[in-house]
Amino acid sequence: MADHSAQGHETYYVPESSPMAVLATVGLVATISGAAMGINDLTFGESGGINSWFIFWMGLTFFAGVLFTWFRTAIRENIAGMNSPQLKRSYVIGMQWFIFSEVMFFFAFFGALFYIRNLSGPWLASEGVYDMNYLLWGDFSYSWPMMETPQEAIGGATKQFIANNGVFVGPERSMAFPGWSNIFHWLPLWNTVILLTSSYTCHVAHHKLKLDNDRKGFNLWLGITVFLGITFVGLQILEYYEAYAHYGLTLETGAYGTTFFMLTGFHGFHVVMGMFMLLIQWLRSVKGGHFTQDEHFGFEASSWYWHFVDVVWVGLFLFVYIL
Amino acid sequence: MGEHHGPAKGISRWFLTTNHKDIGALYLWFSFAMFLLGGSFAMIIRAELFQPGLQLVEPEFFNQMTTMHGLVMVFGAIMPAFVGLANYMIPMMIGAPDMALPRMNNWSFWILPPAFTILAGTLFMEGGGPNFGWTFYAPLSTTYAPPSVTFFIFGVHIMGLSSIMGAINIIATIVNMRAPGMTYMKMPLFVWTWLITAFLLVAVMPVLAGAVTMMLMDIHFGTSFFSAAGGGDPVLFQHIFWFFGHPEVYIIILPAFGVVSHIIPAFSRKPLFGYDSMVYATASIAFLSFIVWAHHMYTVGMPVAGELFFMYATTLIAVPTAAKVFNWITTMFRGSLSFETPMLFAIGFVVLFTIGGFTGLMLSIAPADFQYHDTYFVVAHFHYTMVAGAIFAMSASVYYWIHKWTGRRYNESMGKAHFWISFLGFNLTFFPQHFVGLAGMPRRIPDYALQFADFNMMSSIGAFIYGASQLLFLYNVIATIRSGKKDDTAKTWDGAEGLEWEVPSPAPYHTFSVPPQVK
Amino acid sequence: MCFKAKQLCKLVLYPAIVLLSIFGGSAWAEEAQRWQVNMTPGVTEIGHKIFDLHMLVFWICVITGIGVFAYLIYSIVAFRKSQGAESAHFHENTTVEILWTVIPFLILIAIAVPSTKTLLEIYDTDDADLDILVTGYQWKWKYEYLDANGENVSFFSNLSTAQGEIYNAEDKGQHYLLEVDEPVVVPVGKKIRFLVTANDVLHSWWVPAIAVKRDAVPGFINESWTRIEEPGIYRGQCAELCGRNHGYMPIVVHAVEQEEYDAWLAERKAKAAQIKELMSKNFTLDEQMEAGKAIYMSACVACHGVNGEGGVGKPIAGSPIATGEITGLINILVNGKPGSAMPAFGNQFNDVDLAAVITFARNGFGNNMGDVVQPIDVYNFKQGQ
Ligand code: HEA
Ligand code: HEA
Ligand code: HEC
Ligand code: CUA
Ligand SMILES: [Cu+2]
Repeated sequence: MADHSAQGHETYYVPESSPMAVLATVGLVATISGAAMGINDLTFGESGGINSWFIFWMGLTFFAGVLFTWFRTAIRENIAGMNSPQLKRSYVIGMQWFIFSEVMFFFAFFGALFYIRNLSGPWLASEGVYDMNYLLWGDFSYSWPMMETPQEAIGGATKQFIANNGVFVGPERSMAFPGWSNIFHWLPLWNTVILLTSSYTCHVAHHKLKLDNDRKGFNLWLGITVFLGITFVGLQILEYYEAYAHYGLTLETGAYGTTFFMLTGFHGFHVVMGMFMLLIQWLRSVKGGHFTQDEHFGFEASSWYWHFVDVVWVGLFLFVYIL
Repeated sequence: MGEHHGPAKGISRWFLTTNHKDIGALYLWFSFAMFLLGGSFAMIIRAELFQPGLQLVEPEFFNQMTTMHGLVMVFGAIMPAFVGLANYMIPMMIGAPDMALPRMNNWSFWILPPAFTILAGTLFMEGGGPNFGWTFYAPLSTTYAPPSVTFFIFGVHIMGLSSIMGAINIIATIVNMRAPGMTYMKMPLFVWTWLITAFLLVAVMPVLAGAVTMMLMDIHFGTSFFSAAGGGDPVLFQHIFWFFGHPEVYIIILPAFGVVSHIIPAFSRKPLFGYDSMVYATASIAFLSFIVWAHHMYTVGMPVAGELFFMYATTLIAVPTAAKVFNWITTMFRGSLSFETPMLFAIGFVVLFTIGGFTGLMLSIAPADFQYHDTYFVVAHFHYTMVAGAIFAMSASVYYWIHKWTGRRYNESMGKAHFWISFLGFNLTFFPQHFVGLAGMPRRIPDYALQFADFNMMSSIGAFIYGASQLLFLYNVIATIRSGKKDDTAKTWDGAEGLEWEVPSPAPYHTFSVPPQVK
Repeated sequence: MCFKAKQLCKLVLYPAIVLLSIFGGSAWAEEAQRWQVNMTPGVTEIGHKIFDLHMLVFWICVITGIGVFAYLIYSIVAFRKSQGAESAHFHENTTVEILWTVIPFLILIAIAVPSTKTLLEIYDTDDADLDILVTGYQWKWKYEYLDANGENVSFFSNLSTAQGEIYNAEDKGQHYLLEVDEPVVVPVGKKIRFLVTANDVLHSWWVPAIAVKRDAVPGFINESWTRIEEPGIYRGQCAELCGRNHGYMPIVVHAVEQEEYDAWLAERKAKAAQIKELMSKNFTLDEQMEAGKAIYMSACVACHGVNGEGGVGKPIAGSPIATGEITGLINILVNGKPGSAMPAFGNQFNDVDLAAVITFARNGFGNNMGDVVQPIDVYNFKQGQ
């Protein structure tokens, strides 16, 4: 209904009031409170009362349902032609800045990694301004990946009371480059190949739709992208399994385990999100016949997200695995 | 498609609304409620500090009050207040019918009340609420924190989500919905300052989310971001926090700058002096705000090169801020000035904020900060910038625009009384804090040595006066809404310029369904 | 201390005096005075430099402020509409805009030069005559003299103000909240390096008169130094929020002439030797109860209550741990309870004191288990870990 006013400036679509926001809030709050209580082992009432994780799952399901309805409404409005070009631009801007906010979220974690690797790690080993730290950490020597925590270096938690608020035993093996002879067993490399390929296939899908108006091709290449995404996640799970089972590398293995799992973990989580987004676009195209040559913002937004997730991986591959 | 539909009836109007004015009003009321809550915590703090010794509360509770006061004021009172103002005014100022993404707008608001309910609820949990200061330094906020910290963390996540969505919405609105002819360099300054503030928000709120996420992992999942024994560093937390925290203080003050840049020209009946330099100054402040964060950490033991870098960068902020102060005064110079309540608050803002800026400059000198840091001198500094800065600007805005919002006039003499009592009470509260701070009184203590007693008593009395004046304000606002003199002139103030003054008062539910042409 | 009308009068009277005394600069003093409005220049060279820097920036701000506010007040007074002022319409002037960008910039450079110099001096911790390792604990300080070729000189320094003063049951003394049981004693005229760290959370070791403030970060050792010129007693406080009793962990530095310092050191060493002797002694129940009670009342009472009824900590009276297996009790005292507020006292007290307080926990408050814990038991427990 993009009618144009006398000045050639479209009037704006103002949505009817909507219960989505309040419902989504209910879902979000239930999810969050359930998780917070679950983590703290709180239950309602006596044992056998309502379990907090139950609240969490109920909340999450409800929340997901609301979001689904919400997006469906937005999509339907768009298909019904209710969105003016201006509103469409607003969606584009919204998505771009959302991705920027995600970039900043990762920035915090990369920042933490650089800080530990380049500053505080060496300081703990009495380098630089902290040249008296040996009084606390003996002859702890710093290297990255940090295979031995300062705590271990002085003989465990009981030997040095200062700042020992946990038990941190370094990993047995790191995820670093295992040398050329083992390169084919090195999962991160394969993951890099897979993810970069998926970025390319995603691009091809876009190309098919936008330039060639080839829906079959679009569906095919997008399908391949989603498949590669799933493979990536699968391999990542395998890698985590190996880390825990064979490398002694866990969340609790000091700074190395911490940064390794937090960075790759949040990345993995974003991959899962991105994959779901692409999957939904695929379903929309295959089942619903959505998208046209110049009307496919749902897909475009998801593909931006996917490329973003990819770029983050390149950073990870460089700074977490190789360097 | 419903261009002229009015508000829904009854209570559901507020839950279901997608209208920028409704949502703006919700934000404004919510933030005022939080201001009263945070203010009540401050009253408990000041009552306990009335005399040395422990009279009213135990130290644990005092720490919770300090923490909650800071958190509620910063995240609950000031930020939502300016987001509310942005919601209400920006579409009107740029000639748009509404915000760019109205449904998301509603959601950004509605997750806030539960977030603060959770936060305030922690006070009643076992082990008490957050007691580690609004800066929640690890490991006091991790290994040594009460169990309620998990709720605090998730509360911060939700607030962050709200701020990010709100900011994205504002950016989309400003970038995309300006009326034809309104180029960037014709935008009113409040719009400009908010555009830049929104950018800061999108850039740093995720970093805060990262910081609390790391805390969560350290507390519950055995990671060692902030534990030296595992190879981390407690100071890492401070770097991440202040990377967010310093831009945050400009998030608080930039919209206030914007408001003042509207009010001073209006009551000087003269265009704003140096519009372009105002825009560039705002942008420079925003840019600099990213590279000064460690001035909060001069005493943590950084390498001296870092210390010097952060010192130089910090002092530089005085330059663009100076430009702003001079621009405001020069706007008044050779104007035709009248002193209604908004103008009084705006002038109060300029004077007191400048004093706060001066103490900021003193704090930025690293060697001297070794003596100032974590004393009441810092407390005085930031209340001059935040209370006399942001809160005064907020009061000014309400008086300035309330007629546009309600179509009714407020009571001028009550407004003036509010200003003068606030001004007096404020200075009586916070000026003596400079003295005790310099003399050596640390902050965040429930009890103090005897030589600080006199100034603290003054400070507490001032705080009660200032607090009481806020009740007068509340009364004035409610009285205006219910029984203020009706008057539908478009221009409340003869000197005011801008699109919002071209529509009747109160402004129609959807202001511009046909965009105005801006020359 | 109740509120008197006289005080109210002072509230009005004093500000005038106060303002005057700012301009006069404040007199040198060991500790903050009533109505003191300015920073202390202190008793060290660095302190004086910091003070001068502070005054420099202060005066720059005052002068700029006078200029800015004069301009503001002039504009307000001269251009009142009520006096018929008509508004002009200029809104730009590149020259003045450049001027008021450049001038502040130059002022800032003028400030930056002396600040940089002073900062570099503060950071120069080389060639110290004496190293003192300062460790912050919740909520007390530990001092270890690294240079005294006797690792025995190490002690804790606790707040010594009585609970009654804090809760207003007794009159507050002159040094209310700024007094400790064991001050840190240092010689004057020597370069003393403080190595500051923390055991649990962040603290900050601050003594205004000697111009040292350093954050105590668990796991890292920060360095700072001072050279005190005048003998005297200098008081300070923890300056980083560290939990419940953050307001109650003062610092007292006792600066004395070299001879006096040497004598003090000798005495400390003798005391340490004495404790070594006590290690092998067998105490009676009564002796242990008496010694233990004293320790309990200073170190444990804040969390466990005067009658062992609990508070932050669990009750001691009838506690299953205090009345259970004895190693369990020794263990919780030595190692604390990780993840709770119960601190590890194993390296905070010597084994003699530990044995006493353990005996007290076991027999006090009606626990009456009847057994006496000896220093050697604690020692053996620690060795066995
Ligand atoms: C609205 C909030 C706000 C604003 C605008 C500011 C503005 C500034 N702040 Fe402030 N600050 C806070 C809020 C704010 N601050 C808070 C909340 C804290 C404490 C947080 C905590 O620990 O809890 C803090 C703490 C803080 C510290 C750390 C102190 C410490 O903990 O030891 C420092 C140190 O550098 C600092 C500096 C500055 C500077 C240089 C400015 C500058 O932007 C000021 C610039 C303005 C002027 C200088 C005045 C106008 C200029 C002229 C009239 C021109 C001529 C002037 C000269 C050249 C002299 N601030
Ligand atoms: C924008 C933010 C903001 C605002 C508006 C305020 C407003 C006030 N603050 Fe603020 N304050 C902070 C932000 C803010 N503060 C921060 C960030 C900290 C640091 C926290 C930390 O250390 O972690 C802090 C810390 C802080 C301290 C130091 C605490 C400590 O170190 O232990 C003190 C002490 O005086 C104080 C006092 C006050 C007072 C009296 C007001 C007054 O302006 C409040 C006035 C408002 C009211 C009083 C409410 C309205 C009235 C009623 C509800 C009716 C009841 C009234 C009466 C009984 C008279 N604040
Ligand atoms: C900072 C607070 C604090 C201080 C100081 C403190 N404790 Fe505790 N203590 C605790 C807490 C909290 C617990 C409960 C730990 C738990 O089981 O979670 C505890 C537990 C105990 C217990 C076991 C009680 C039980 O039945 O579980 C004993 C015994 C004890 N403390 C003795 C002492 C003694 C003796 C001292 C002084 C030398 C002392 N504590 C000082 C906080 C403290
Ligand atoms: Cu220790 Cu504050
Ligand atoms: Cu800052």
